[in-house]
Amino acid sequence: MNAQTLTYREALRAGIEQALEDDERVFLMGEDVGRYGGCYAVSKGLFDYYGEQRIIDTPLCESGFVGVGIGAAMGGLRPIIEVMTVNFSLLAMDQIVNSAATLRHMSGGQFNIPVVIRMACGAGRQLAAQHSHSWENFYAHIPGLKVLSPGTHTDARHMLGQALRDPDPVIIFEHVMLLNESGEVSEAPEADMESALVRRLGDDVTLITYGGSLHKALDAADKLAEINISAEVVDLRCLRPLDTDTFLSSVAKTHRAIIIDEGWKTCGLAGEISAIIMEQGFWSLDAPVKRVCTAEVPIPYPSHLEQAALPQAEQIVEMAQAIMEGR
Amino acid sequence: MNQKLRIDRVHLINQLRQMLRIRRFEEKCTQLYAEEKIRGFLHLYIGEEAIAVGVMSVLSPEDQIVATYREHGHALARGLSMGSILAEMFGRTNGCSRGRGGSMHLFDKQMSFYGGNAIVAGGLPLAAGLAMANKKQDRDAVTVCFFGEGAVAEGEFHEAMNLAVLWKLPVLFVCENNGYAMGTALSLSESETNLARKASGYGMASSQVDGMNVVDVESATSSALELIKTTSQPYFMECKTYRFRGHSSFDGQLYREKEEIRQWEEKGPVIRLQNWLKENNHFNEDELDELETEIKAEIEAAIEFAEGGAWEDTGDLCKDVYSPTREGEPG
Repeated sequence: MNAQTLTYREALRAGIEQALEDDERVFLMGEDVGRYGGCYAVSKGLFDYYGEQRIIDTPLCESGFVGVGIGAAMGGLRPIIEVMTVNFSLLAMDQIVNSAATLRHMSGGQFNIPVVIRMACGAGRQLAAQHSHSWENFYAHIPGLKVLSPGTHTDARHMLGQALRDPDPVIIFEHVMLLNESGEVSEAPEADMESALVRRLGDDVTLITYGGSLHKALDAADKLAEINISAEVVDLRCLRPLDTDTFLSSVAKTHRAIIIDEGWKTCGLAGEISAIIMEQGFWSLDAPVKRVCTAEVPIPYPSHLEQAALPQAEQIVEMAQAIMEGR
Repeated sequence: MNQKLRIDRVHLINQLRQMLRIRRFEEKCTQLYAEEKIRGFLHLYIGEEAIAVGVMSVLSPEDQIVATYREHGHALARGLSMGSILAEMFGRTNGCSRGRGGSMHLFDKQMSFYGGNAIVAGGLPLAAGLAMANKKQDRDAVTVCFFGEGAVAEGEFHEAMNLAVLWKLPVLFVCENNGYAMGTALSLSESETNLARKASGYGMASSQVDGMNVVDVESATSSALELIKTTSQPYFMECKTYRFRGHSSFDGQLYREKEEIRQWEEKGPVIRLQNWLKENNHFNEDELDELETEIKAEIEAAIEFAEGGAWEDTGDLCKDVYSPTREGEPG
């Protein structure tokens, strides 16, 4: 079968459907995932087909239902827990960080937690400062968790299945600005879920990014090509564990790196990746590592301010030009 | 009175044995703590033994236990070996959690003992989840979740109570109300101090039990389990108790009077059952001595086992953070 074209939302839904078909232990649980069809309509239609035993609407109690999901995973089920957005996930952070991430270790390896927690993230819909953040770094900080960021339609389709086959807790971030976008979905996963992928080959500078910023980096690479700067684009895909080899090999070739991250710069993922390059790839660098991140402000409501806060392709182009010119 | 209630001599002496094992074990632990063989926090269950012993004596092997950081008694009463518990407290690899958890995090898969959770109320949603898995997989098991009355103030308590009733989950919530959340008295932290009444706000059946009386606890547990199984609904049991020692190893106990402790000690679960057995001529001093000797030997063997345990090689520091292999095909 050839690749098909789906929206990112449809790709996510197809992934959930496949998981429900493949394994009867799998169920979807979260706020308004059933009768309402999902806050972002990802699970629309699934309740009618699979029923309330497998598509479970929960009350508004993030800590409660995420904790139930963790317990159910310990009890032999394979829950997919949907938390509406990463912002609300802070209410469940106790269960994710103090239980899901620790139980295997604290029990000396006796209990693993095969739970998958999906959550929406990212800005761009004028939802202001309590619905727009990118806190992948919070979870990527935690030993015991795995963190995925599908930036392509194929990853949106297949990463859930990969995550469910993993015996440990996996968090999947789904960027809200991708949901309506159409793209090609291949029949099989492009790679193991923990591998980074080079999305575009180039020679002069490596753009390292993930999730909702991937297409911005690819746009920037197109624009850079017009001015004879050849940019390579690395899609991290998995934020914990990080596939450091892929981006270090790329930087070893291009000798320059820019990290594009919708999180804030301070104490963020971009800083971590930059540090890894300094530690392991310093001698291959011809220029300082640069970061394009979200401005240090809670995401504002007006569109022009929101866009001004977020990483943009133009900024990436400008920064690439600057480091190529030794500025 | 519940039909399953066992008040025969042999059973009661066994209950006394279980309570005494916990009592003497923990007394030894305070000594081992002073000797710095046990480190970290040490939360003693002394005074509350009747609850763990009473509840556990009714459970089946497939029932699951979720406990708190004050769980030595639960682990012993459930059947974890004293040696593996002590070795855990010593931080050795022959501990029940390979030494990774310590006193607050005792786990044993074989015993369906899902740990020592040291986040107050953190275990309640997990217990509800285990019960959900039992229900969905048509297993007959009940999940028993122990927590202190301090947990009742946490949001996770209310979330879990609501979900358990809403989804008809077979959970027995056992609230061990010892009157103080660390050093804060119940009356200073709850607007409603009748905790069993809180359950009714969620439509959950509940009862208050004398947590200093092992017979009462066993009887109440037996009735609760029956109700859980016949109605497919959770149950809330508030056991009124008292801890004779401080909250943990670092507690000056400035918040309560010595006289109050003395009064509670008089009605302690061990002394109470012991006296009752003697008064009714079920038990004599010789038998008690025998019991004590037997327990002393068990403790000595546990210490030997724990001290003989290996330290984890630091090369294996990061072991068990992630599972070694994935289920099924990779990718």
